[in-house]
Amino acid sequence: MDTFTQIVIAAISSGTPLLFAALGGILIERSGIIQLGAEGIMLLGAVISCMTFIHTGSLPLALLAVAGISIALGLVHAFMTVTLRANQTVSGLAMTLFGTGLSAYLGKSVAGTPIPGSVPKLDLDFLDGVPFLSDVFGHLNVLTWFSFALVVVLHLFIHRTSWGLHLRAIGDNPATADVMGIRVQTFRYGYVIAGTILIGLAGADMLLAYSPTWTEGMTAGRGWIAVALIIFARWNPVRALLCAYFFGAMDTIGFKIQLIGSEIPSYFLKMIPYVVTILVLMYLGWRSRNKLSGTPQSLGLPYIREQRF
Amino acid sequence: MHAIEMRRIVKQFGDVVANDHVDFTAGAGEIHALLGENGAGKSTMMCMLSGVYRPTSGEILLRGEQVRIRSPKDAAKLGVGMVYQNFRLVATLTAAENIVLGERSSFWRGPNWMKNKQREIKGLAEKFGLAFPVDRPIWQLSVGEQQRVEIVKTLYRGAQFIILDEPTSVLTPGEADQLFETLRTMRAEGKTVIVTTHKLKEVMAVADRISVMRKGKMIHTIDKKDTNERELARLMVGKEVVAQRDLPARTPGRTLLEVNRLEVAAEHGRKALDGLSLSIRAGEIVGIAGVAGNGQKELAEVLTGLIPWRRGQIEFDGKPLRNASVRGAIEAGISHVPENRMKSGLAGSLGLVDNLLFKSYRSADRARLGFLRIGRNKAWGQRLVEEFDVRTPGIDTPVQQLSGGNQQKLLFAREIHHDPKLMVAVHPTQGLDVGATEGVHRLLAKLRAEDKSVLLISEDLDEVMQLSDRILVIFGGRIVAELGRGEADREIIGMYMAGLHGAEEEAI
Amino acid sequence: MSKIQAASALPLEPAEAPRRRRFSYRIEIDPSGTRNPWWITPLSILLALVLCGIFIAANGMNPMTVYAKMIKGAFGSSFGITETLVKAIPLLLCGIGVAIAYRISVWNIGAEGQFLVGAVAATAVTIWFPALPIYGTIPLMVVFAIAAGGIWGLLTAIPRTYFQVNELVTSLMLNYVAILLLDYFVFGPWKDPKGFNFPGTPMFNDAQTLPALGDTRLHFGLVFAIVAVVLYGLLVKYTKWGYELRLIGANPEAAKNAGIPIKRHILLVMLISGGLAGLAGMAEVSGVSHRLMYGISPGYGYTAIIVAWLAKLNPIGLVVSAVLFGGLIVGGYSVQTIGLPSSISNMIQGAILFFLIAGGMFGKFRLRRNA
Repeated sequence: MDTFTQIVIAAISSGTPLLFAALGGILIERSGIIQLGAEGIMLLGAVISCMTFIHTGSLPLALLAVAGISIALGLVHAFMTVTLRANQTVSGLAMTLFGTGLSAYLGKSVAGTPIPGSVPKLDLDFLDGVPFLSDVFGHLNVLTWFSFALVVVLHLFIHRTSWGLHLRAIGDNPATADVMGIRVQTFRYGYVIAGTILIGLAGADMLLAYSPTWTEGMTAGRGWIAVALIIFARWNPVRALLCAYFFGAMDTIGFKIQLIGSEIPSYFLKMIPYVVTILVLMYLGWRSRNKLSGTPQSLGLPYIREQRF
Repeated sequence: MHAIEMRRIVKQFGDVVANDHVDFTAGAGEIHALLGENGAGKSTMMCMLSGVYRPTSGEILLRGEQVRIRSPKDAAKLGVGMVYQNFRLVATLTAAENIVLGERSSFWRGPNWMKNKQREIKGLAEKFGLAFPVDRPIWQLSVGEQQRVEIVKTLYRGAQFIILDEPTSVLTPGEADQLFETLRTMRAEGKTVIVTTHKLKEVMAVADRISVMRKGKMIHTIDKKDTNERELARLMVGKEVVAQRDLPARTPGRTLLEVNRLEVAAEHGRKALDGLSLSIRAGEIVGIAGVAGNGQKELAEVLTGLIPWRRGQIEFDGKPLRNASVRGAIEAGISHVPENRMKSGLAGSLGLVDNLLFKSYRSADRARLGFLRIGRNKAWGQRLVEEFDVRTPGIDTPVQQLSGGNQQKLLFAREIHHDPKLMVAVHPTQGLDVGATEGVHRLLAKLRAEDKSVLLISEDLDEVMQLSDRILVIFGGRIVAELGRGEADREIIGMYMAGLHGAEEEAI
Repeated sequence: MSKIQAASALPLEPAEAPRRRRFSYRIEIDPSGTRNPWWITPLSILLALVLCGIFIAANGMNPMTVYAKMIKGAFGSSFGITETLVKAIPLLLCGIGVAIAYRISVWNIGAEGQFLVGAVAATAVTIWFPALPIYGTIPLMVVFAIAAGGIWGLLTAIPRTYFQVNELVTSLMLNYVAILLLDYFVFGPWKDPKGFNFPGTPMFNDAQTLPALGDTRLHFGLVFAIVAVVLYGLLVKYTKWGYELRLIGANPEAAKNAGIPIKRHILLVMLISGGLAGLAGMAEVSGVSHRLMYGISPGYGYTAIIVAWLAKLNPIGLVVSAVLFGGLIVGGYSVQTIGLPSSISNMIQGAILFFLIAGGMFGKFRLRRNA
C-alpha cells in the first residue's frame, strides 16, 4: 500500500466521528439552533457505549444506550433553547462542561479497559484485486458505511423533500414558516433530538471503531472541530463528508510525518488539526465577506411567535 | 349576507386597547379600503382575520357563518390570505419554493415535481398580471417582485379573501398602478380584497368602499362615490389637515454642506450612491423623497461617518471631510436620528442617563480623567428629560420600557443637546402616533428657526412636503430632481421617484 | 386595566351576552424581562446538586454523605480554607478575564489556554534568566505571562474582528494548542534532568517564587487577584471605557453610531482578558507548584466561565463565586479518599451552569390567568 492509500484509509477512519458529529450539527443548525455541546455529547456517547459494551458485551445494546442518552441530552438542549429561549451559546457550553465532567465521573470504572470486541466489518470480496478501491473500501466497518448512507439520505432529505423544505424555512425564517402552518417549535425539538443522536453516535464511533479504550477527555476537541466543520461545509451534508475526511487526514498526517523520521517534535505535529481549523475558518471568513455564507439566517435566534392571546 | 363580517371586535394588548368594539364588513367582488393613520388599529383588525392575533372578544363571520380563527393555518383553510407589510418570505428559498411551502401533499419533491409546480405558479401569476422569476431565490428579487410572490402565494393557496397591509409603502407609483390593476382582476374573479392604507390618493383610485378607523375605533364606512379626499382626511385625522406646516419664510444662510459627485459602493459591485450631489444651507430643511432602497440609507450613513465613500467630496462647514469617522461627524456638529431607533439609536437595556450620554460622554462636562461624573450626569439627564418632556417611571428605567414616542423624544434630546449644525433625520416619525409625530415636527421646525439645518429623509411623502424648504428626489443613488417649497406636486415627485423623468439636465 | 369604552360610531347589533369561561392559564414572556428574584440562583445550585446526587447515588454512595464530606474538605478546616483560597486565585483572575470579554459579548472560552501559555512564559523567564534577583525575576515573569496570555487572547480576537471567525471555536482550538505547547516543554527541552522522568521543569529557586502570605500556602497572587477585581469594578462602573463596554454589550449597532470603534475594543478587551488569565498561570507556577509541570490546571479556565456566569459579571459576585468554586475543586479532591473520582466537581460545575441558565430564563416568564 502506498502512502497515499494509507492516508486515505486513516482519514476515513478518523474522519468518520467528525462526519457523524457534523451531520448531526447540520440538522440542528439548519433548524436554527446552535449546538455547541458537541464535545460533551460525544464524550458521553463514547463513555456510555464503552460502559454498556463492557457490561453487556452487546454492540447493538451499546448503540441503543447511546441513542437513549443522546435523546435525553437533545431534549434538554431543545427545552433550554426552544422552550425557555435561553442563550443557545451558553446552553451548549454548559452541555460541553457537564458532559466532560459527567463522562469523566462515569468512566472512571472503565478507564483503560479495552472494549470486548469491535464493530463488524463489511467485506466486499468482489473488490479484491482492484487497486486502491479494495484497500479503501474493501473492509470498512458498518458504522462507516452507515455514515455514507446518512450523507446521501440527509442530502436528499434537505433538498428534495417537503420536510427538507420546511427545515430550511424554519432555520431561515421561522416566522414565515409558522404563518405557513409549519410547527416551528415541534420541528426544532425533533431536529435537535435527531441531530444530538448523531453527535452521540459520533462519540460512540470514536470509541468503538477508532480508539477502543476509554480515556478521560478522549475526543480532544473533536466536537469543536465538528462545529467548525459545519461552517466549512456550508451546512451541506456532502461537503461535510469531504471536509470531515480532510480533517481526518490532518489528524493522521502528523503521524505520517513522524514515521518519515522528521525532526519536528510530535507535539507540534499534533497541533496541525487545531491550527488548520483556525486558518481555514479565517480563509472562509475572508472569502465570504459581504456574501451569503449559507448560514441559516435565524441561527441562534430563539423564535417567539407573536403571541396569540 | 357579507363575505366578511367582524362584529364588536375588541383587542387588548396588556392594558392597551388596540381595537375597541369595531364592526367591519366587506362584500364579495369588492375592493375595500381600510383607511387610518399609523396606529389606528387597522393592521391589528386584519391580523385577527388572518389568525395572527385572536380577538379579546367579538365574533368573526365568513360568508355568514361564525368561524374561529386560531392560527394563520386556520385562516388559510378558510380562504383568508394576507400580504403583510413585512413580507413573510424565506430569503434563501426560491419564489416557487416559498409559494409551495405550506403545501402538505407529496413528501418527495424531485426536480420534475418542482418544474411542474413552477409552470403552474407561472400560469397563475400571469393570469393576474403578476410577473416574477419563479426559480430565483427571494433575496435576489426586488421589493416589488417580492410583493408579487406574496400575492401569488395567497392566490395559490386558494384565498377568497385577500388582505394587503400597506401594500404601496414599498412601491413606486408606477408599480402601485400595476398592483391596482391586479386588485381589479381579483375583484372580477369575485374575491374580496381588503387594502389597509393611510394614503388618500390610493383609496380614491382603487377602492369601492372605504372604512375609516381612528384610535382603535371604527369611525365610518362609506362608498367611494359618496365621498372625497377632504372628507376622508377629516375622518381619518379627526380634524382638517393642514397641507403644509406654517414655516415662517426666511432667507437661508451660507452653504453648510456641499456634497459633490459622491460615490458609495454597495454589495456585489453595485453602486449605492452614484455621483450624488447636493448642498444644504444653514437654516433650511431639505427633504429627500424617494422609494426605499435608492440610496437614502447610504446617504445618511456616509454623512454621519458610518460608511466610507469611494469617490467625490464632502465639505461641511467650510472644511472638507477626509475620511469616514463617526466621531469626526459628531465633533463637526452633525447629529443623527437613525432609521430604527431601537436598533441603532438607543440601547434598550440601559437606563436613560446612559442613553443620553452616547455622544457627549467624552466631553469634560461629563467625564474627568477617564472617570464619568456620575452624580453630575444624573442631574443633567434629569434636566434633559424634563426639558424634552420624556415620560418615564425613572431616570434609570431601561429605555425599552418607554413608549415609542418617549424613546424618540429622548433621542432628540440627546441629538439636539450637543448643539448640532446639521441634523440628519431618517424616518423620524416612523411608528409614532399623531401627537408624537406632531412633537417631532415641532422640534425640526424649531431647529430650523435656530438657524440649524435638517436633512430629512422620509418615505412619507406628506411629511417631506409639509416640512421641507426644498425637496430633492433620489433615484438610483443620485438626486434626479429638486423642487422648491410650494412648487412641489405629488404627481411630479412620484414620476421622479419612479425614475420616469430620467434626464438630469431637466431636473436641476 | 383601562376601562374599555363602549359605543363605536356605527353600532350594529347588541353585543352577545358574555359566555362563561373556565379559568385557564397562559405563560407569557416579559419582553423587557429584567426581574430576577434572588432565590433563583440558590435554587439553581440546589437543583444542580440534586441532579448530581442522582448520579452519585447511582454509584452506590449516599449523596448527602458525599456533599458533607466535600463541604468539610473545602471549608471545614483552616487547611481546607487555605486550599480553597489558593484555588480561588486563578479562578478569580481568569473569571475577571472571562467576565470582561462577556461584557461585550465576546465568548472567550480560551482562558484555559491563556492560563497555560502564561505559565509557560513565566517559566521561560526562570529558564532563560536563572540568576536574576527576586525584584527582577518576579516582575519579568509577570510581564512575560501577561504578554503571552494577551497574545493568546489576540489570536482569538484578530480572527473574530477581521475575519468574522466565531471566537468560541478559535479560543477552544487554541486551548489544545497551548496544552501541546506546555507538554512539549515539560516532556522535552525543559524537563528536569534530575526529576526521574517526571514531566516537569526543575523547581524554582526562592527568587522565582512568589512570597507566601504568612505561614500558609497562600501566596502573593492573592494580592494580584484582589487588585484586579477592584480595578475591574472601578473600570466597568465608573470610567468612560467601562461606559463604552456597556454600550457595546447592550447594543453594538448603537455603539457604532456613537462613534465607538468596536473592533479596537474587542482587541483590547481580549488582550486584557488573556493577560489576566496569563497572570493567573504565572501565579500558579510561581506561587503554588513552584515549577511548570504536566497537567498543571485542573480546568481553571473552564471553571472560570461558570464563575463569571454565576457572578453575573459583578465584581463582588466574582469573588464569592471564585471562592465557591475553589471550594468545589478542593471538595472534589477530598472525596477521592472515599473512592470517588475528583471529576465529580467538573460534573457539578457543568450542572450548576445548566440550572443557572434555565433559572435565569424562568425569571422572564410570567404565569397569567386568562381573563
